[in-house]
Amino acid sequence: MKDERIMKIIGRYEADAGMLIPMMQDLQAENGYLPPEQLRVLSKKLKVPLSRIYHVATFYSSFRLAPKGQHEVTLCMGTVCYLKGAGKISEAICEEYSIEPGGTTSDRLFTLQAVNCVGACALAPVMIVDGKYFDGVSTESALKIISGLSLEPATGTAEVEAGG
Amino acid sequence: MSNKINLTIDGKPISVNPGITIYWAAKKLGIEIPHLCFGEDLPPMSSCRLCVVEVEGMRNLAVSCSHPVSEGMEVHTDTERVRRARRMNLELILSDHNIECITCEKSGDCSLERYAYEFGIKEPSFSGEKNIHPVLDNDPFIVRDYNKCILCGRCVHACSEIQYESAINIADRGFPAQISTSFERPLQETTCVSCGRCISVCPVGALTEKFRIGRGREWDLERKKTICPYCGCGCTVELCIKDGELIKVTTPKKDTINNENLCVKGKFGLHFINHSERLTRPLIKSDGTFVEATWEEAMSYIVENLDRIRKKHGPDAIGGLSSAKCTNEENYIFQKFIRACIGTNNVDHCARLCHSSTVAGLARAFGSGAMTNSMKELRTAGCIFVTGSNTTEAHPIIALDIKAAVMKNGAKLIVADPRKIDLVRFATIWLRHKSGTDVALFNAIMYVILNEGLEDRDFIEQRTENFDNFRDVVMQYTPEMAEEITGVPAEQIIEAARIYAGAETSSIVYSMGITQHTTGTDNVLSLANMAMLTGNVGKRGAGVNPLRGQNNVQGACDLGALPNVYPGYQKVDNEAFQRKFEKAWGTSLSPKPGLTVVEMLHGAENGRIRAMYIMGENPFLSDPNANRVKKDLESLDFLVVQDIFLSETAQYADVVLPAASFAEKDGTFTNTERRVQLLHRIIPPPGEARPDWQIICEVSSRLGYPMSYTDTARIMDEMAEIMPIYGGISHKRIRKFGIQWPCPEKQHPGTPFLHKDTFTRGKGLFSAVDFRPAAELPDDEYPYVLTTGRILYHFHTGTMSRRVEGLDAIRPDGFVEIHPDDAKVLKLKDGAMVEVASRRGTVTARAVVTSRSRPGTVFMAFHYREAAANILTNDALDPVAKIPEFKVCAVKIKKAG
Repeated sequence: MKDERIMKIIGRYEADAGMLIPMMQDLQAENGYLPPEQLRVLSKKLKVPLSRIYHVATFYSSFRLAPKGQHEVTLCMGTVCYLKGAGKISEAICEEYSIEPGGTTSDRLFTLQAVNCVGACALAPVMIVDGKYFDGVSTESALKIISGLSLEPATGTAEVEAGG
Repeated sequence: MSNKINLTIDGKPISVNPGITIYWAAKKLGIEIPHLCFGEDLPPMSSCRLCVVEVEGMRNLAVSCSHPVSEGMEVHTDTERVRRARRMNLELILSDHNIECITCEKSGDCSLERYAYEFGIKEPSFSGEKNIHPVLDNDPFIVRDYNKCILCGRCVHACSEIQYESAINIADRGFPAQISTSFERPLQETTCVSCGRCISVCPVGALTEKFRIGRGREWDLERKKTICPYCGCGCTVELCIKDGELIKVTTPKKDTINNENLCVKGKFGLHFINHSERLTRPLIKSDGTFVEATWEEAMSYIVENLDRIRKKHGPDAIGGLSSAKCTNEENYIFQKFIRACIGTNNVDHCARLCHSSTVAGLARAFGSGAMTNSMKELRTAGCIFVTGSNTTEAHPIIALDIKAAVMKNGAKLIVADPRKIDLVRFATIWLRHKSGTDVALFNAIMYVILNEGLEDRDFIEQRTENFDNFRDVVMQYTPEMAEEITGVPAEQIIEAARIYAGAETSSIVYSMGITQHTTGTDNVLSLANMAMLTGNVGKRGAGVNPLRGQNNVQGACDLGALPNVYPGYQKVDNEAFQRKFEKAWGTSLSPKPGLTVVEMLHGAENGRIRAMYIMGENPFLSDPNANRVKKDLESLDFLVVQDIFLSETAQYADVVLPAASFAEKDGTFTNTERRVQLLHRIIPPPGEARPDWQIICEVSSRLGYPMSYTDTARIMDEMAEIMPIYGGISHKRIRKFGIQWPCPEKQHPGTPFLHKDTFTRGKGLFSAVDFRPAAELPDDEYPYVLTTGRILYHFHTGTMSRRVEGLDAIRPDGFVEIHPDDAKVLKLKDGAMVEVASRRGTVTARAVVTSRSRPGTVFMAFHYREAAANILTNDALDPVAKIPEFKVCAVKIKKAG
């Protein structure tokens, strides 16, 4: 049963509605995103309205409601990075790949995430790709780094979910 | 007094209770503080920052809606600094607001517009990016334009903390944040129940009634309050009218039972009054078709025929159905017409089909067959025992009291119902018994109470009688035995008994799931036993509360639209009462109790009844065994129907008279908590339609018993004189807010709860009630149990609600709820068309596969003429109350086609 995983997570926190966020984090860790039908199960079992779960899921930028790309591209939009051109870099990436900030390319190559400050202002503007930090990026260098990404064969977490 | 807090606001000293906020303290002093996000009946959001005030010694301005008062505080609500801050906050809000005030429906009633005007803001000084949202008009009732939303969150709170549905919340964060359903679905795909409370709390034009758009500005609307004509809650509605057309419905803030709440029918379902199919002229059937006639022609025709039949067959060959939809005054006039003019007691109405077993049962046990308590007392009950009442759908406003009792006051809720009704969500325990096994369940609960010594010995000794006989029967019903009969596990029965008996005050709430059985009176007696056993009668918040289904079914009973009693439950076969009414009405009266609804209709078959006069009822759809009712109506010699629409029953009439709707007449309705409330004529009746009481008065006068009244207040005065329970009530007294009967004298304040120190009948009477199975049980040929009921979006036979576009759009067709296990056996998919057949007929309906139904039991609503559940239902009657068994019959199901 596809509900088994979510039931396990709920069990882990003894179905305590106060632990909604950790449960959602676990759910996302297992699936790569928050599958809506699993959130429905969560809502029913915890007796937390679905609208409230949706509220939480959309409030925190770390939660996602759609499967993400194979690579994760994070752009810092903190004050310093922004002043040093992060906004322009974001626009350029979005235009090149026809996505919105927070979106995933149609081939699921990567997901672009804008965050507010990664605490590395001295390195501004900062771009993080799959956990690796690139400092002092420009529009050109950022696009070049992304163009070096490639699609792996279907073993990613997102594909595991596709059966569900 | 020592724990009061002293402070000054704008130099004025005030002493208040600790914990209240500056806003409320200021309000007490008559100081209005501007606010947008704060709604007085909702928790503070503290987001708009318009209510900021200056507090001496505080560095920052204080948010008055959420900042509690403290000792010695000096508050200034109108300083230059405060004004500057408020103006700035207003400008910030306006900077992302779609300023379309010249075409906005809310203009004239918009808080943002009002404050912008007060602060002289012509346009916001901040220009920049604005959110652009599509206008969401994919709901039949509510248009959501979040370009005008100021994110105050009031709608979210109303939905989650008044209605407890939580269909909406704030999605996203920061600039793109907006109110949204989960996954941005249309409202109808969420838990939304279309109560419209979100619209009423919205301070701006983000939420609008769809119907009103383009139909008139706020200042064009004429507002008048009256009472909702749907269920027995008795909500006050304010009809907003332009040029005779209902534009929208709101509700006043004060002097109502509904605390600013309405349900979908009250809020959006009253537009039927302007429907093009309203009857506007009398109709006379000629060669099988209706032809328009003048009032003169119709009256002469009616009088000629009634007179002929009365002369030839006697007065008892004529029967009248009065109406739970009509006013008290009209019911009084109608039964007076039948009794004093026609000369028979053959008068009844649809209460026979809903709560006659309540009237019979509670009158026997307590002496009075009505709700013992007030609706709002439910909020204070320690335990609420709901059985056979799908309260959220059939009495939505009372359901709000029950939900609030659980969610806000920690009341324990026991639900005993075969269906998984919505209240189960709030229940401490849910007893899912088999349909028709109520007595066994209640007896077992009482067995546990007695077995564990949880009964109220003092109450039993001092206030009741016949306890020993009762105990002998109950002590045979062990939880284990009841488990066999009811299917409820013994341990659940034990737990429920402990909860019910353990609470300080326990209130029973029930409705048709209890009454509409051949054992209806037994079921009611059993519940009365349970309340007396634990001393839960005669106290605030504790009692036995039958929820009445029609707006004025309580009143129609009170006014004697029943075959055995005169107004005020004074028995017709009691000589003293007979003399009293003969004197009052100046004519001799029959001492013989008349026939009930079903008896009258079936009486047409053997010629016992030759003519019927039906005022505002639709027995064709509301009565059991519809095929037989059809034959009965056809075999009548003469049938008069008086209604606002050409109902299914009216089709069989010889004469149809056009009546005025609730919005077109004065009078009173008595709601389910015995509150007599005044309604007001708001618009004129369409065409030549007339109020029912005027029509009846004229027929009566022409038949030789003159009745004439200048207005309905005079009728009420006459009623008050001869029925002690209404003795102190007059239209003048209830102009502001209704009074609960008994109200015997002009100074009497009314009675919120009954049987305080003594029962109406003296001592409470225990009854020994044994379990009897339903009249028709499933067998090999008809293996399923059919139970019937209502849904939120329609009312009774749908004459009104099915003529409301949005209501019918949401629930357009008849359906049958089937448990997934049964669906599997029947190889049915959700949405398949099925044939449901009983021994009395067959209907086709859409299958809804859902675990709401108990396995083996299917459910149908009876609103739909095209899938009329009452073609299937059993017309077997309760021997005492003569109520038919709508709630249990045996059916078979197969795929249609």
